[in-house]
Amino acid sequence: METVTAPGASKVSVKITQEWIVFALAVVIFALFSLILRGFATVDNMLALVRNVSILGILSVGMALSILGRGIDLSIVATMAVSVAWMILMLGEGVAPPTAFALALAFVVLVGAANGFLVAYVEIPAVFTTLAMGGLVYGLGRFAMISVDIVNLPPGQDWLRGFGSGTLAGIPAPVIVFAVVCVVAYLFLSYAKAGRFVYALGDNPAAARISGVPVRPLIVLQYVIAALIAFCAGLVMTANVDSMNTRIVNSTLVYDVILVVVLGGIGLGGGKGGIRNVVVGTLLIGILLNGMTIMNIPFLMQNIIKGIILLAAIVADTLLNPRDEQTSQQGDI
Amino acid sequence: MKGIRKMLAAAVAVAALAGGSVARAEPYDDGVNQRAYTAMKGKKVAFVPLSMGFDLTQGWAAAMKVQADAMGYELIIRDPNWSTDAGAQQITQLISQKPDIIVVHNPDRNAYARLLKRVQGQGIKVLQVNLKSETTTEAFVGVDWYKIGEHQANSVVEACKGKSGKVAIMQGRVTDPANFITVQAVKDVFAKHPEIQVVSDQSSEWDATKAQGIAATALKQNPDMCGIVGLWDNMDVGTAAAIREAGLTGKVFLSSSGGGRKQADCDMVESGTFDEVVIYDVARQGRDLNAAIAFLLQQDGEAKVNPFALITPLKVVTKANLKPNSCWQMEQIPDLVQ
Repeated sequence: METVTAPGASKVSVKITQEWIVFALAVVIFALFSLILRGFATVDNMLALVRNVSILGILSVGMALSILGRGIDLSIVATMAVSVAWMILMLGEGVAPPTAFALALAFVVLVGAANGFLVAYVEIPAVFTTLAMGGLVYGLGRFAMISVDIVNLPPGQDWLRGFGSGTLAGIPAPVIVFAVVCVVAYLFLSYAKAGRFVYALGDNPAAARISGVPVRPLIVLQYVIAALIAFCAGLVMTANVDSMNTRIVNSTLVYDVILVVVLGGIGLGGGKGGIRNVVVGTLLIGILLNGMTIMNIPFLMQNIIKGIILLAAIVADTLLNPRDEQTSQQGDI
Repeated sequence: MKGIRKMLAAAVAVAALAGGSVARAEPYDDGVNQRAYTAMKGKKVAFVPLSMGFDLTQGWAAAMKVQADAMGYELIIRDPNWSTDAGAQQITQLISQKPDIIVVHNPDRNAYARLLKRVQGQGIKVLQVNLKSETTTEAFVGVDWYKIGEHQANSVVEACKGKSGKVAIMQGRVTDPANFITVQAVKDVFAKHPEIQVVSDQSSEWDATKAQGIAATALKQNPDMCGIVGLWDNMDVGTAAAIREAGLTGKVFLSSSGGGRKQADCDMVESGTFDEVVIYDVARQGRDLNAAIAFLLQQDGEAKVNPFALITPLKVVTKANLKPNSCWQMEQIPDLVQ
């Protein structure tokens, strides 16, 4: 998918972008693991590899959408955990599945809309809005909606288990959900009017507004979509392990998600990148995790290796694409 | 009729008088009961868990509340929500409130070690629960993590007899002391059995989803694996999901441990998700906590108490010995400790 080139950017046809660096790195590591690790380059292991990062990938798609529109959604993990935990708690109390699903969905839309409203109309920066919203959602959820922090999926909810366990034509369900989310997000960004406007918004909100893009409603939509994708990731997670652990809100998952997005080459300044970047970032993390698990590398060592490879990718990008006044944007970190 | 009514009225009057006179009499004193009541009445007991909201701490709190209500002392709960910093702050603040006892659930061996000494210096007694700090205080109620690890490892060795001998250890967070001690025990046992080969020893940060991913990868590499030691029931459901998806249920022995909540442990054994769970019964720990609190409150303020421990007996639940009362549910806790 093509990226919107910033006005004044050089017109070199083949540019070594961060996406390509990360992709090349992923290919190199993949080749290396295939050579040295028995049982790495098998179809079975490839499916397991993607499966293990599919939840991370789904969340990253939601995060990418908000970052592309020059926002960020730090409440994504809290929304995911609380909405789905609440839903399966209701299921356990005997609420009919359609009712529980609809209520959880309404909750998610409400959270997304509230984020969007605060960013678009009250004009609070997205970082602060969503950071506070994450705390609010988790606090409210644990205080008023969910009494224990780990909610087990009650027996018999096979419709829900379908999201995360079992296979279709040999492909694990989480991988299918990840693929569907990617395709839908890709189509939205490439062909829907609102999707194209997200790029315009991310690239230059003021210009987008002057050109007649309904900027504020678009921002609300962007956060609602991010929240819906979070809900989807939550369904997969619950179906995967038959429970939802709301404690995940306190984990580093949200940073991992941002890492995947940025690693794939989506600039935090907005307007640059696409779903392909998310897939590339997710795959690199997936290959690393899978290979290191097969090699049975101790946990702390894994952190070191992961850190070095990620830094290498970023350093390579900085060397090959030095930042200057033309390429850097306000808000870029 | 009138006569009967009069007689009834008289009887009621006599009964009322008799009742009144009993109420006015001195309470029965056997020499220690009244002393116990007065020692506990109006006291303050504070509880600083790792976090409220999960089965262990909710269970302990419910149990401690039963005795606090019965004996008329106050139970103060400060919830640091998994933050060691917040926990240290709350303990520091509690010092100025001067409770009689602080019940501390340590995040690790060192975090509160110096703080607990300071608390004791203020004449506040410290009761540690389930994980002991480096600092030894008046009392400890909890489990012996090393024994849990030993038992789990031995079960896996037993289950692996005559099989490949390939096993996996699914750790929680490597820096957590409960994790550290248990894994030490597991490795000590495996070291005595040369036929056992640890093919995967990974950490999943207490997260079921990560455990699922790691176990799935390890099982693909070693489909002939014969056992997995898991360190916490809520994480091990992920490991179990991986075993189930690999079609290896019944072939890979999964041993887990937990606090004995029905949904987390016994239901899982019943459904075959876990092959065994080593349970440290939270209801039993609640009773032990209450005993320790009652004992400590009846000591004179300044008198030194010899440190004591109430070590929780382990209960191993398998499909073979599973009974309806092997586990507990949150709403039963008050009844179980009464």
